[in-house]
Amino acid sequence: MKVILRNPRREVDVAGNRRVKEILRELAIVPETVLVICGDALVTADHIVRDDETIELRPVMSGGAGSRP
Amino acid sequence: MKCRKCGAPAALELRRHNAAFCEPDFLEFFRNQVREAIRKHRMFTKDEQVLVAVSGGKDSLALWDVLIDEGYRTTGLYLDLGIFDYSVESKARCEKFAAARSVPLIISAVAEEVGAPVPVIQSVTRRPPCSGCGLSKRYLMNRVALEHEIPVVATGHNLDDEAATLFGSVMHWQMDALPRQSPALPSTHPKLVRRVKPLYRLSELETAAFAFMRKIDYIVEECPFAAGATSIAHKEILSRMEAASPGAKHNFLFGFLDRARPAFEQAEGVALNECARCGQVTTGTICAFCKLSDQVKRRVS
Repeated sequence: MKVILRNPRREVDVAGNRRVKEILRELAIVPETVLVICGDALVTADHIVRDDETIELRPVMSGGAGSRP
Repeated sequence: MKCRKCGAPAALELRRHNAAFCEPDFLEFFRNQVREAIRKHRMFTKDEQVLVAVSGGKDSLALWDVLIDEGYRTTGLYLDLGIFDYSVESKARCEKFAAARSVPLIISAVAEEVGAPVPVIQSVTRRPPCSGCGLSKRYLMNRVALEHEIPVVATGHNLDDEAATLFGSVMHWQMDALPRQSPALPSTHPKLVRRVKPLYRLSELETAAFAFMRKIDYIVEECPFAAGATSIAHKEILSRMEAASPGAKHNFLFGFLDRARPAFEQAEGVALNECARCGQVTTGTICAFCKLSDQVKRRVS
């Protein structure tokens, strides 16, 4: 299966037919730092991704100038 | 995983709430959190105009989307930082968002106000880029609001932003910053508008999920100057703590707001003046924005 990563955008191949949480663990990604997008929907950590599917791991972290009052 | 409310397949797990939600129930959860923030801190009413500072990112556009849906009278403000393609694309996202919803959008260019865009400000002042950017944003948001007689500015800062800022302030014991960290800052001077953060109860994951579910076309790419920013490093530390102990960020921020902040608040007593140059509020004689602008114009010319 393919995994799309962002910033910069790239694709990696990993073994499929596994739960999202196992894929995140293999890629050393903290679960709450990404949206997991499969097709046009979000999926949770227990979702099983088939070998012929593609998921996008879209980072949610942004920052810089911060929220200094 | 099933939705806590309806039992349908869940789209998002919120470990800090020990819950998961399907898409419709998550969207309602999100809106309820915004409603609660506005109600609890009396941020604004439906009778007044709200200036929503938008960057083209997920947080600010999600905020604008909710406020429009809730029936608030909003005007967007996009500050063009002049950061190469990043600014071109983020501005386009804001314009598209505003046009699709027929809401007004004000665009102000930092280069026109300061004398140079953010990349030049960074190179001529040798300040960290986020420092000059943040200073300019805060100044211009207030000034534009005053010019348009809008009494309140709403920003898209979320729980992660607030927790990371608090973490940074505590790490350096910035006693002047702690009392000012609040979801709602009142106007303490006729030339200072209210500033509010209606998303402070929602995590970065939640605002991203909301923006995705609402099909908001936001800019996913990070600002090129954010790489290596201290605030990002603090967020990464806090995210690891959150992974080990769900709710850690929430407890850190809300514990401060509920229990610690009042103690720091009493210690604050800063006299506010009007800048001798531009008339905006400052604690000195010349405001930090005018000093920055002077420095930039001197070096650029």
